Amino acid sequence: MKYQLDATNLLCPMPVIRTQNRVAELAEGDILEVRCTDPGVLHDIPAWCRINGHEVLDQHRDDASIIITVKVHGD
Amino acid sequence: MTQRKAVALISGGLDSMLAVKMIQEQGVHVEGINFFTGFCVEGHTHAIRNRDQTKPKRNNALWVAEQLGIKLHIIDVIDEYKDVLLNPKHGYGKNMNPCLDCKGFMVKKARQWMEANDFDFIITGEVIGQRPMSQRKDTMPVIARESGADDRLLRPLCAQHLPETLPEREGWVDTSQLGAITGRSRHEQMALAEKWGFRDYATPAGGCCFLTDASYSKKLVDMWQHRGNREYELDDIMLLKVGRHIRPNQRFKLIVARDAGETSYLKGYRKQFTHMAATSHGGPVTLIEGEPTRDDLELAARITARFGQGRNADLVTVEIHPVGGESVELSIPPMPASEIAQQWYV
Ligand code: SF4
Repeated sequence: MKYQLDATNLLCPMPVIRTQNRVAELAEGDILEVRCTDPGVLHDIPAWCRINGHEVLDQHRDDASIIITVKVHGD
Repeated sequence: MTQRKAVALISGGLDSMLAVKMIQEQGVHVEGINFFTGFCVEGHTHAIRNRDQTKPKRNNALWVAEQLGIKLHIIDVIDEYKDVLLNPKHGYGKNMNPCLDCKGFMVKKARQWMEANDFDFIITGEVIGQRPMSQRKDTMPVIARESGADDRLLRPLCAQHLPETLPEREGWVDTSQLGAITGRSRHEQMALAEKWGFRDYATPAGGCCFLTDASYSKKLVDMWQHRGNREYELDDIMLLKVGRHIRPNQRFKLIVARDAGETSYLKGYRKQFTHMAATSHGGPVTLIEGEPTRDDLELAARITARFGQGRNADLVTVEIHPVGGESVELSIPPMPASEIAQQWYV
C-alpha cells in the first residue's frame, strides 16, 4: 500500500519523528511518501532509514517542497 | 544465555556515545532513545542561519546512532516537558535550565519505554562532577529514585564510583570493564574516542539545550512576563532562537531577521504575525508580537529600515502587513543606531 504524510512547515527533527511514528503503523513493503519543507530532512530522514533498516526509494523537490519516498522493511 | 537489552539516552554528544560503546563491548544489545523538548540545540537552528551553513546539518543523535550501529527512537515530549520546565521541584540551574528534573523526567520516560519494550536496563552518558546540577554524586541517586529506574539505571562511564546496579549484580555487565571517570576534564573521554575511532563527534558548549543559554533564557522570561502567563507553544520557543528581539515598550516586540536564512524562516510566520519589510531597499523581515499602536508600527518600521540596506538613506519605504488587514506602505527615515536604546534589546 502507498501512503502519504504531510510534514511541511515542520523543522527537524519533527519530520523525522512524524515519519518514524507513521512507519511504526505500516506493514513491511508499504510505501510512505513524506512531503517536507525543511531541507534538513534530506539528511535526517535517510539517516533515520539507514539506522532503522528502511529504504529510501526516491527523494526529489517539487515547487517549494521536498518529497522523500520510504519503503518500509521489517525487523 | 539470553542476550540482555539496554536502552540508552542519546543526546548526540560524545559521552552517551562512549557509554553505549562500553556496554556493546560487553555483548549487550543497545537501542537509543532521544527526546525532543523543543529546546534542543539540534538540527533546525543550524538550518535557519546562514552563518551556520558550513556546519554539517546533521542531527547528531542520528549520527551517533549510525556510528554505533544502533536503532534510535526519537520521542516528541514537547507537551509533557512543559510541566518539567514550569514547575521544577529542584529548581533551575544558572539559567532557565531545570537539569535535575529534566534528567529525572527523561530517565522516567526511558524506564517506561524499557518496560513497554521488554528491555532490561537503562544507560546514560552521565559522569560524576561533570555538570553542576544533575551530574553530582549526591544528585545521581535522586535521578535513579525519582525516575523509578532505581538500580536498573547504569552510568557506564563512572560506574566504578557508584553503588552496584542490577546489571552488574546479575553479571549482565562486568563492572571492571566499565569506567571510573569523574570531573570536567575530557581527557579520558577523548582517549576512549580515539581508541574506538570516533572522530568528528559534536561538542556542544554548555549543554544539550537552549535553556542553559543566558540570552535565550532572558528572552523566554521576557515573553512570559509580557504575556502575563507562562504558557507556550512550539512556535513560541522556536522563534526565541531566531533574530534580534527588540522591545521598545511594553506593548510590543520586534523580531528582526539577522540574515537571509532567518528572513526566509520568519516568512513562514507571515499568516500568524503582523510583519513588515522594506520595499525600496533590501533588508530583513520583521515580525511584530503584541498590541502595537499606529505610532508603534511606525517606530517598528524605522527600526526595520535601520537593519536593511537603506540604513543610510533619507527615506525607506516599508510595507506593513497586519494580520487579517490591508497592508500599508510607510515612507520613513531609518532610525539611527544610536537611538535604538540598548535596554530595548531583549
Ligand atoms: S541542558 Fe537542557 S536538556 Fe540537558 S539536562 Fe539540562 S535542561 Fe535538560
